[in-house]
Amino acid sequence: MNKLILIVIVSFFSTLAYAQDKPEMADVMRSNGKIYDVVAVCLTILIGLFIYVFIIDRKISKIEKNK
Amino acid sequence: MNKIWWKILSFVLLVYTIVCGFLLDVPRLFILNETIRNLYFHVCMWFGMMILFIVSFVYSVKYLRGFNYRNDIFARHFAAVGCLFGVLGYLTGVIWVNVTWVTDQGQSLGSVLKEPKLIGAAIALLIYGAYFVLRGSFTDIDKRARISAVYNIFAFAMLFPSIWIIPRLVGSLHPGAPGSDSGNPALDKNDMDSTMRMVFYPAVIGWTLLGVWIATLKIRISILSEKSIFEAKKKD
Repeated sequence: MNKLILIVIVSFFSTLAYAQDKPEMADVMRSNGKIYDVVAVCLTILIGLFIYVFIIDRKISKIEKNK
Repeated sequence: MNKIWWKILSFVLLVYTIVCGFLLDVPRLFILNETIRNLYFHVCMWFGMMILFIVSFVYSVKYLRGFNYRNDIFARHFAAVGCLFGVLGYLTGVIWVNVTWVTDQGQSLGSVLKEPKLIGAAIALLIYGAYFVLRGSFTDIDKRARISAVYNIFAFAMLFPSIWIIPRLVGSLHPGAPGSDSGNPALDKNDMDSTMRMVFYPAVIGWTLLGVWIATLKIRISILSEKSIFEAKKKD
């Protein structure tokens, strides 16, 4: 029993030491593919913005031609 | 101004920025962790702002050389979009400070508020804010254009000392200051990872082109709405 507790404690410390060796990055997010959701959301916003600006651009061009 | 290729280029570069900015590998660093990717957005806002202010400055000088009212409109709108980028850069910086300086480095709010880079950037933005106050206070168009062009040159002269030189003379938490080991991460090739540079420089170009696009839209609207002024000036 004591050995078991010791092992648990030692492994706990070793994970702590491991965590401090290497900076923590969002590796889980990358491995389960959720990062693609983030990319998709940002791309949707970007494309939406560009379509909006493009429509304004076309409207101004139309007014410029009519004057 | 009406050509389409650079608008498409801006779109392509920003799609590239988001896709590669989130998916490519970045250096694993303490404190920064994944927030290092903010480089593609926060820093680009400031670079875009500086480029737009340079363009605005050039048009102000051009205005003073020939007193062509068109150049005044250009200077005004490039400065306006530059200010927009500056405010966005400031706001994104606040969020980034919150997770790196305040939380991870354990800096007190007091030391963050004393931060020369933040104060310098605020001074620069306020000087440009005063440019629009000045513009709004004139009723005479020619006087407004002349005095605000001169003021714009002064504002530009204050821009680089307050956002670059002073924060680098005194110590600063922001990268690029004496006392931090980060060197010059935006421009020095030894201080930034090569894959990050592959995304960063296109990102700067993409965001800047988007800013230029928005500025040209505003300029075209101004030229249309002030058509009567142009026609009156032609008769003179």
